[in-house]
Amino acid sequence: MLTFIGLGLFDEHDISLKGLEAVRAADLVYAEFYTSCLMGTTPEKMEKLYGKEVHLLSREDVEQQPDWLEEAKTKNVVFLTGGDTMVSTTHVDLRLRAKKLDIETRLIHGASITSAVSGLTGLQNYRFGKSVSIPHPYESKRGVLVITETPYDTLKQNSELGLHTLVFLDIDKDKGYMTVNRALELLLEVEKRRGEGVMTHAVAVGIARAGSKQPVVKADYAEELQNFDFGEALHILVIPGKLHFLEAEALVELAGGPVAILEEAD
Amino acid sequence: MVERVTTLMTDPKKIRNIGIVAHIDHGKTTLSDNLLAGAGMISKELAGRQLFMDSDEEEQQRGITIDSSNVSMVHTYNDEDYLINLIDTPGHVDFGGDVTRAMRAVDGAVVVVDAVEGTMPQTETVLRQALREHVKPVLFINKVDRLINELQVDAQEMQVRLGKLIDHVNKLIKNMNEEKFKAGWRVDAANGTVAFGSALYNWAISVPMMQKTGISFKDVYDYCKAEDMKVLAEKCPLHESVLDMVIRYLPNPIEAQNDRVNVIWHGDGSSVIGKSMAEADADGDLAFMVTDISMDPHAGEVATGRLFSGSFYRGLEVYTSGTAKKSRVQQVGIFMGPERLEVERIPAGNIAAVTGLKEAFVGSTVTTLDGMIPFESIRHVSEPVVTVAVEAKHTKDLPKLVEVLRQVAKEDPTLQITLDEETGEHLMAGMGELHLEVIGHRIERDKNVEITTSQPIVVYRETIKKKTDPVEGKSPNRHNRFYIYVEPLDDATVELVKSGDISMRMPELERREKLMAVGMDKDQAKKIAGIYGSNIFIDMTKGIQYLNETMELVLDGFEEVMKAGPLSREPVANVKCVLVDAKLHEDAIHRGPAQIIPASRQAIQASLLMAEDSLLEPYQKVFIQVPQLNMGGATKELQGRRGLILNMTTEGDLALIESRVPVAELFGFAGEIRSATEGRAMWSTEFGGFEIVPTSIMVEIVAQIRERKGLKKELPKPSDFVGI
Repeated sequence: MLTFIGLGLFDEHDISLKGLEAVRAADLVYAEFYTSCLMGTTPEKMEKLYGKEVHLLSREDVEQQPDWLEEAKTKNVVFLTGGDTMVSTTHVDLRLRAKKLDIETRLIHGASITSAVSGLTGLQNYRFGKSVSIPHPYESKRGVLVITETPYDTLKQNSELGLHTLVFLDIDKDKGYMTVNRALELLLEVEKRRGEGVMTHAVAVGIARAGSKQPVVKADYAEELQNFDFGEALHILVIPGKLHFLEAEALVELAGGPVAILEEAD
Repeated sequence: MVERVTTLMTDPKKIRNIGIVAHIDHGKTTLSDNLLAGAGMISKELAGRQLFMDSDEEEQQRGITIDSSNVSMVHTYNDEDYLINLIDTPGHVDFGGDVTRAMRAVDGAVVVVDAVEGTMPQTETVLRQALREHVKPVLFINKVDRLINELQVDAQEMQVRLGKLIDHVNKLIKNMNEEKFKAGWRVDAANGTVAFGSALYNWAISVPMMQKTGISFKDVYDYCKAEDMKVLAEKCPLHESVLDMVIRYLPNPIEAQNDRVNVIWHGDGSSVIGKSMAEADADGDLAFMVTDISMDPHAGEVATGRLFSGSFYRGLEVYTSGTAKKSRVQQVGIFMGPERLEVERIPAGNIAAVTGLKEAFVGSTVTTLDGMIPFESIRHVSEPVVTVAVEAKHTKDLPKLVEVLRQVAKEDPTLQITLDEETGEHLMAGMGELHLEVIGHRIERDKNVEITTSQPIVVYRETIKKKTDPVEGKSPNRHNRFYIYVEPLDDATVELVKSGDISMRMPELERREKLMAVGMDKDQAKKIAGIYGSNIFIDMTKGIQYLNETMELVLDGFEEVMKAGPLSREPVANVKCVLVDAKLHEDAIHRGPAQIIPASRQAIQASLLMAEDSLLEPYQKVFIQVPQLNMGGATKELQGRRGLILNMTTEGDLALIESRVPVAELFGFAGEIRSATEGRAMWSTEFGGFEIVPTSIMVEIVAQIRERKGLKKELPKPSDFVGI
């Protein structure tokens, strides 16, 4: 039996009671933190809470040689991830591999950033369009700096429909955590190149440390917001589309947004 | 002298940038020295013996030129002063890279040929390098006295011999660049573009010089016959004949740049910078190409090169191609032999030596124009074929060694330094055994690091024998897939790629037309995505979303494999990789470098193996001159080394043998040929291309290479790279 368990947003206490019981009853506990990680805790603290040893898996262990899956044929294995368990799209592959090996699987959900942003910003969850990620730029061996334009394209499609865009920010083991500031800088750079106006006068909402006791939520025009100090990781970004009047009010009241957006809202 | 030089520097019409090129021992350096002496740069007594241009101890000991040397001098022609910036270049094949680089800096070349030996393999190579860069040649036939005094030819026979030599040079020019040949680049004694004489005895004569001095051909013959060349040296001084010829027939920077800029730079010729370079405009944006980097114990790295546009002065802020950082020019100077003299300002059209260009390496474009298209990379005719492992004798020197190797690689771009990750060894690959020996000595002597070097090892290439079906490469997260096939690249296309006639920098249309001219399909020719070594990558997919921004990663995977093939991790040659389809994840985070590079790499690795990946080994052409009596010893020596004798001719009692031998069998040849021929053989080598290793010995060689590199000894299979 293989149980996928989402650990929630910030520290070891965000796990559901059902999830905790499953971990405690497990024969083997695996975890991966390369797609998302809990900033408010450490593996040691988790082990203390679970009373179990936690085996950390690298990207290679999960994607290329998931030999550990075999264990689930005969034992109770749990696989822990940050947030909700299947939000990182690559984990579906793991579930499919398990199925091929005749291993029964089960999901225990945790709180996800995708719903937390609605809560923290007041932006209504049914008004979000496609999500997108901003990775660190890549410099090729020929010295070409590749800044992906995919986020810009997605923002454009969503904004044409008046929808908000949730922007995930890169977690890279070498290049570190992408910040709201750097992400906005990259979007504005693409705007300069493409000049299609998607980021011109656009409002953005940055969120830091969702799920902690002191989350930071700040709304402002992108040019201004890129200089705002959000503090420690993790960060996430929302570029709102057309604002409902209640959403505008929430951004002003809850996220210190500029008052002018009240007049632009429907 | 310095004031005269600095005044002339500002008037491009009064400048000639020239190189002296020749086969080894035909007398380049003696010629350069005597030109300098004639121009009053060094004493007349010393010239010819001092080898002023060979300032390196190693060079004086070996009696050959290793580095190119720059020097500026002033010559008066028709009562007007001219500035001549001269580069002396090495003739030994192992140092061919220096010649190639020097040709970028100059506009004209004095081709020196020994009257007795005639045109030799290196004469051909250097002439080809010059013509390819649109550098105009004039001819100096050296050692004419030897014809008379050693070979005892009479006056008429002498004329016939010289005429034949000139015809042969013209044949070479015509074959190499017919367009230029027709445009008047043939050398012709009657027109004054040929001089002959003796560099050692300091005299030379040409038709214009005969008219000027009244010395006739017969006079020359008689003076030589009487061994009274002192009179000739007084009446027809070498420097006067040769430098008059240079000034009169070789182009000044304005004429030359107008013709050369579109050969060495593929940007828009009608742009502001394009025009500024064509006109050698000293007030335009700076455009400088680095052709040499050397170390000055006080000033640090000195970058020497050709200034095509703008002016250099201290404090100027410049961009260097390939990096985003700006650097600030410190000292600006010119070379007078080994001395660098600082000047205030150097305008376009000159050869400049500057410090402060921290980011520059040989081949860099330095400019004040942000985003300027760089100059075409300098093309090297030969490729590294021999490698040695270098270790510091004392472990404490290791950090210093790393720094020193980085430095020598920067100074000599034909040298490749790599770190073998498996064994931790530093590998140094070069043009031949001698090249690496010289570099080794230099590291010990100039850089003060004691080193031990391994036995030299041959650098092989990998190539394929057939075309495959598309092979699927998956990213580690299994969300991205690439379908790639490989096939051997035909000879004509390989030649086009290797010669640098096509590159990714030129406009797509121009590249397409050149490829189609050698028979490539139009659909493929317009879809070239990358070129690496003699390999190309073609993207035949249509309308795949996001592929555009993913292509750089795919190409990085391609480059990785071309640098080190799947069979033995040796460089790959002559392969066409074609991407036919791709499936990509919607979100950029799931198609980053960690995903795409392995997917592309593994698909190419597997398909190369399926296409019968094989080893190519380098050959050298070996030319031997030996008395017929000792010929047997020489041919036996060649045959014992898997050598192939291509041609054998006799001239008097001399036998001339032309052969082709695998580099792997050539180690220790110098000693063996000496004892096999009682020391009577004269020989030279030149790069002889690559051939597939005979199947009978290939498996063993591959196993040896793999073992040396710490790879598992069994030969790899496609399934090691992709799931099949």
